[in-house]
Amino acid sequence: MKANQWMGKQKVKVAEVPDPRILNSRDAIIKITSTAICGSDLHLYNGYIPTLRKGDIIGHEFMGEVVEVGKGVGNLRVGDRVVVPFPISCGACDACEREQYSLCENSNPNAGMAEKLMGYSPAGLFGYSHMLGGYPGGQAEYARVPFADVGPVKIEDDLTDEQVLFLSDIFPTGFMGAEMCDIKPGQIVAVWGAGPVGQFAIASAYLLGASKVIAIDRFPYRLRMAREKAGAETIDYSRHDVGEALREMTAGRGPDAVIDAVGMEAHHSSPAIDAYDKAKQAGKLETDRAHALRQAIMNVRNGGIVSVIGVYGGWIDKFPMGTVVNRGLTIRSGQCHVQRYTKPLLERIRKREIDPSFVISHRLRLKDAPKAFETFLNKQDECTKVVLTP
Amino acid sequence: MNRAVTISAGAAAGVATTVWAVRRRAARRAPLHVRAAITVNKPVGQVYSFWRDLELLPLFMNHLESVRTTGDRTSHWVAKAPAGRAVEWDARIVDDRPDELIAWRSVEGGDVPNDGTVRFAPAPGGRGTEVRVELRYDLPGGKAAALVAKLFGESPDQQVRDDLRRFKQVLETGEVVRSEGSPEGTRAFRQFAQRPAQPVEVGAR
Ligand SMILES: NC(=O)c1ccc[n+]([C@@H]2O[C@H](COP(=O)([O-])OP(=O)(O)OC[C@H]3O[C@@H](n4cnc5c(N)ncnc54)[C@H](O)[C@@H]3O)[C@@H](O)[C@H]2O)c1
Ligand SMILES: [Zn+2]
Ligand SMILES: [Zn+2]
Repeated sequence: MKANQWMGKQKVKVAEVPDPRILNSRDAIIKITSTAICGSDLHLYNGYIPTLRKGDIIGHEFMGEVVEVGKGVGNLRVGDRVVVPFPISCGACDACEREQYSLCENSNPNAGMAEKLMGYSPAGLFGYSHMLGGYPGGQAEYARVPFADVGPVKIEDDLTDEQVLFLSDIFPTGFMGAEMCDIKPGQIVAVWGAGPVGQFAIASAYLLGASKVIAIDRFPYRLRMAREKAGAETIDYSRHDVGEALREMTAGRGPDAVIDAVGMEAHHSSPAIDAYDKAKQAGKLETDRAHALRQAIMNVRNGGIVSVIGVYGGWIDKFPMGTVVNRGLTIRSGQCHVQRYTKPLLERIRKREIDPSFVISHRLRLKDAPKAFETFLNKQDECTKVVLTP
Repeated sequence: MNRAVTISAGAAAGVATTVWAVRRRAARRAPLHVRAAITVNKPVGQVYSFWRDLELLPLFMNHLESVRTTGDRTSHWVAKAPAGRAVEWDARIVDDRPDELIAWRSVEGGDVPNDGTVRFAPAPGGRGTEVRVELRYDLPGGKAAALVAKLFGESPDQQVRDDLRRFKQVLETGEVVRSEGSPEGTRAFRQFAQRPAQPVEVGAR
């Protein structure tokens, strides 16, 4: 089959690899019909996630048709149409029982590697480095899906791939980002990053009752999408002082909760600070650039909640711990526990409360993955979200 | 005798766990003491019984070829060894308290005197069973001890922890979990020699 492989910093290649086969009895093999590129793939693409290796198949947002099931999979049949959550979760460990699926205790065969870097090991993820399992991803024609009796969600109605594909990651991720904010009536939420994850965080904050959501980014077309499709008010951080603007928009209180939907490769509008962090990151003195997170922390209201769904891979510095403690902030975070959200969010899609396809800007073929990564990385051609079809 | 070294030391579950797990090089052979613990999301009775059925141990102990029960408290063990060689021994359980503890000790006069204990206790908050393994090895001179020492990996604690992880996987999910990077499942050597995250061809390693 053909698959998109990471070949080194900012280099991917679509090439022939063996077809996947069943390795565990609870596996299924999926023939992929749609697969997307995530902002997290950009962190991998740029070489910021430790233990990714040359030749690894990446991609973790995919759906398709079941073509083979292991003997331990009772709930799926050949021909079923499924969306696959990106965390690999056994459904039986304590974490899975508590619906903390991205913390599954059994799905990472390389847990020892993760422990060295992170203390304890989280779940294995598709196409997301070896310390997170060494599982091939879904930017391919086929994929092996472990614990296929737990993760995949069957799509039985006539919803299109584009309407349901993002149940694999970014819609649940944005939703969890908003849910972690504990939104109460009348509250205001500010979201850093108007990428696809940010768009879903905005939309979800409204679904969960926020009275106002403010989106912060520098790309006019993404801010426009946040206003027109997700209903946000917006701040262009390259033109306005974010702190001042938020103070003004919240009458001096600060947003009740803030969401970091940017992650480890944040850009800074001050060239000096941007250069400082980039240099430290390049020299491996810090692995992540955390401008958006720092700004979010500084600007949430006293006693507010900081919800971090942007991905960080290692360490950051100049972390404003003083403001966290003295202003009584709560920080919440996580890789999304996707399986917790797939069914309720599918229900919302069915009821037309939301059509997640609004974020798609580019529809390309799998073979165009190298070009697609470049376009998405550089936010060219008003690129927000790329969907690839094999 | 140069293809199979018979170690007439008694041993039970944990010996096997640590055949790969003694760090010291043959020359030094200081006594080794390893501990590891894990919580398994199953009732204590089930966890104890699974471990007590020694013949199931090779399911999660990588280096084991087989375990054969020879009596109520005795068993015969065959471990895998480099270059196709085998290390074999007889094991004797010296303490066995259902749902609580299994302890073993090597028989007097063995080449690799060792003892070990695995303890079981209900985890607080209804989170299943706490499993704690503790192993002690003497590695005096002698051919078998030298070979055993050689078999033992670089980081014994990690090895035992990996064995326990597989134990947990088998109990909680039914089998050892495999990825394409680590197709054998959790194994210490794979942490340094990952396959690419690409499908595994039939017969590939
Ligand atoms: N937690 C999870 O489970 C999960 C799941 C999916 C994605 N993610 C993460 O979410 C993040 C966003 O993903 P995406 O697909 O939307 O990526 P994206 O690259 O499309 O969007 C990131 C956006 O952040 C903006 N940005 C950069 N620096 C900024 C700053 N200082 N202030 C405000 N905005 C800034 C960029 O302009 C861009 O629009 C990534 O870190 C990704 O890894 C997390
Ligand atoms: Zn993602
Ligand atoms: Zn689990």
